[in-house]
Amino acid sequence: MANEVSASGAKSMSLIVTKGTLDWAYPPFILATTAAAMGMDVTMFFTFYGLPLLLKDLDPQLSSLGNPAMKMPMMGAHMGMPNVVSMIPGVDRAATTMMKNLMKKKGVASIQDLRQLAVEADVRLIACQMTMDLFEYTLADMIEGPELGGAATYIEVAAHSDINLFI
Amino acid sequence: MADHLLDARGLNCPLPILKAKKALKDVPPGGTLEILATDPGAVADFQAFCRTTGNELVEHSEKGGVYRFILRRPA
Repeated sequence: MANEVSASGAKSMSLIVTKGTLDWAYPPFILATTAAAMGMDVTMFFTFYGLPLLLKDLDPQLSSLGNPAMKMPMMGAHMGMPNVVSMIPGVDRAATTMMKNLMKKKGVASIQDLRQLAVEADVRLIACQMTMDLFEYTLADMIEGPELGGAATYIEVAAHSDINLFI
Repeated sequence: MADHLLDARGLNCPLPILKAKKALKDVPPGGTLEILATDPGAVADFQAFCRTTGNELVEHSEKGGVYRFILRRPA
């Protein structure tokens, strides 16, 4: 398939997806779907904490712990959350709900929708075999579409791609 | 008047572009698609989208916070 990519004449992009929190799930899916819409052949390689973004049961969560840049707009101001508050059980869950509501209000697509759009746009999805073994997942846990691959599979794609991103 | 209309008002990046790409599939070669959007980022994005994909950005304007784009598919 990597050879088809170079043979099609289209520009191509690859992304390594390493993070699975709600906020970090956005950049790879936004860029992958947009590049596909712009006529590019796109491959996403899901590894470590990025791998759960392929799970059928997709529900990425947010954590404000250790993230001083995360300040939510609230009553005209921007509110950060001290680490000691983030540690309280339920706070991350509440922050996730707050972020999802904010995104809905601002017309930002859900991660579920963006992932579906990526699948519809024939974005090639590769699940890291080593991470599958490590965290004990099988393809049966994942949505339809991902193939299994390792570092060499990715490198072959990257060697033929015009843009390669690590997110 | 454009041949097709896409109302992308209220949608944020990258949805106006993704929906435009889908809508363009129903536009015949040489035909036009009118897009309405409220995302200010759509101005730069539709310019970049057109430069990259070969669609022509025939015109774009803004009125009362609503951006209007007309794209023409290559013949």
